[in-house]
Amino acid sequence: MTRPPPVAALALAVLPLVGACSSTSTPTVRVLAASSLTDVYEQLAGEFETANPGVDVELQFAGSSQLASLVVEGAPGDVFASADLVTMQRVVDSGQTQSAPQVFATNSLTLVVPADNPAGVDRLADLADDDLLVAQCAIEVPCGAAAASLFASADLVVEADSLEPNVRAVLTKVELGEVDVGVVYRTDALAAGDRVGEVPLDPNPVANEYAANEYAIATLLGAPADADDFVAHVLSDEGQATLAGFGFGAP
Amino acid sequence: MSRRPPLVLAGPAAVAVGFLVLPVVALIQRAPWSSLADLLTTSTVADAMRLSIVVSLTATAVGVGFGLPLAWLLARVDFPGRALVRALVLLPMVLPPVVGGTALLFALGRRGLVGQWLDRWFGLTLPFSTTGAVVAATFVAMPFFVLTVEAAIRQSDASLEEAAATLGAGPLTTFRRVTLPLVAPSIAAGAALTWARALGEFGATVAFAGNVPGRTQTLPLATFLALESRPEEAIALSLVLLAVSLAVLVSLRRHWILR
Repeated sequence: MTRPPPVAALALAVLPLVGACSSTSTPTVRVLAASSLTDVYEQLAGEFETANPGVDVELQFAGSSQLASLVVEGAPGDVFASADLVTMQRVVDSGQTQSAPQVFATNSLTLVVPADNPAGVDRLADLADDDLLVAQCAIEVPCGAAAASLFASADLVVEADSLEPNVRAVLTKVELGEVDVGVVYRTDALAAGDRVGEVPLDPNPVANEYAANEYAIATLLGAPADADDFVAHVLSDEGQATLAGFGFGAP
Repeated sequence: MSRRPPLVLAGPAAVAVGFLVLPVVALIQRAPWSSLADLLTTSTVADAMRLSIVVSLTATAVGVGFGLPLAWLLARVDFPGRALVRALVLLPMVLPPVVGGTALLFALGRRGLVGQWLDRWFGLTLPFSTTGAVVAATFVAMPFFVLTVEAAIRQSDASLEEAAATLGAGPLTTFRRVTLPLVAPSIAAGAALTWARALGEFGATVAFAGNVPGRTQTLPLATFLALESRPEEAIALSLVLLAVSLAVLVSLRRHWILR
C-alpha cells in the first residue's frame, strides 16, 4: 500500500509551477495605476498593445496610497501611476523606482448633483448651507485634501455630511440621490454622463495648483524596456489626446 | 487520547496554523509600541472606539431579538419554502459587504424602495446616521446568529419539547422554559460571533452609512482611512480590534475549544 504524500508537500510542489505560469514567453508590462485612471488606462493599454503586437499590458487599479504600500512592501510591478505627487514620492523614497517620475496629467474638482438637482445647487457658495447634504472624499485621500483646499481658498466653511473613502463612493451617493451635492474630479463627472448633473466651478476660485492634482508615472526597479515604451506612450501626443478625451488636463 | 497524530494530518494542520497566525505576528512586530498610547488617545480614535462599541452592541441586540424567533421558526416549523427562506436569510454572509451596503441604499436610502416613504412620512433618513451604521452591521452580522442558533435548536432533543407539551405547557411556555435553556450556550456563542462580525464590519457600513466622524465612523472605517496617510495609527487601531476579538474568542473557549 502506498501512502499518499502529505497535502502540504503537494502544495509546495505545485506552487512554483503556478508562479511559472504567470511569466510565460509573452513579454508583459505590469502597470499599477490609481483608480481614477481606470477607464483611460484601459484605452491607453489597448492602444499600446495594438502598436506593439506581442506585448501584454497587465493593469491593476486601486487607490494610489494602497498601490504605493504594495510597491514599498515589494509587490511585483513595472510601472506605477499615482494620482498625486506625495504618494509617488513615498515610492521614490523607498528606492523602488527606476525612472524619475514624470507628470503626465492633471485633474481638477467640480460639483455634481443628482440629475434632477433637488436642492437647486448652482454655485460653490451654496455648500455653506448646513441643511444641504454634502459628500466629499475623506481628508486622508487626495480628492479630500483637494476639496479642503478648494473650500479654504473660497473662504467657505463646509460641514460635509459624509467623508467617503474614495471619489467613486462620492459619485455613487450623488447618483442615488442620497446627498444633494458631491465634490468629485471633472473626469468622474464626465464618466457619469447624464446620471448626474455638473455644476461647474465658474469662475474656479483657485488656480490649478490647489484644487487640482497632478498624476505622475514612473517605472519600477527591474522593469523591462517595454515598460519605458509604455510610459513614453502615455506621454506621447496620442496618449495625451486620449487623456484629454477622458477629461484630464495637460501637465 | 495521547496517540501521536498521523503526519498526513499534522503537517497540513501546522501549515494552516502558521498561515493564519503569521500575519497577526507581523502586525504586532510592526506595532509602534512607544507611541501607542499617544496614537490611541486622539479624539478621532476615542470617538471611533465609542461608536464601535455602541453600534456593535446594538446590532447584536437587534440581531438576537429578531434572529432568535427566526432561528426557532426555521428549526421547528415545517412551512412551505422553508429551505428557500433559510438560503435567503443567509445570503448576506456570502454577499460582498460593499454590495450589501449598496443594496441597503436601494432599499432604505433617501430614494430607496422603502426609504423614500420613511423619509416622507417620518422624516427618517438612515444613511449618514448612527442608526444607519447599526442597520448595516445588523444586515451582515445577524445571519451568523441565525445559523448558529438554528443548528443548535435542530440538534436539541425535540422529545423534551414534546414532553413539555404533553404535560400541558403552551408553545410559548415550551419555548421559554425548555427550548431556550437547552440552546442557551449556542445563543451566547451566536451572539458573540454576531458581535465580533458587527465590530469588524466595514464594507456595508461605508457604502450605506457613509463615513461621518462621531456618527458612522467606526473603528474599521477609521483604520482604513488611517492606512491612507498614517499607517502607524492604522496598526495601532488594528491592535485594539485584535485585542477585543481575542478577548471574545477566549471567553468563548468553553463553547468551541473545550467542547
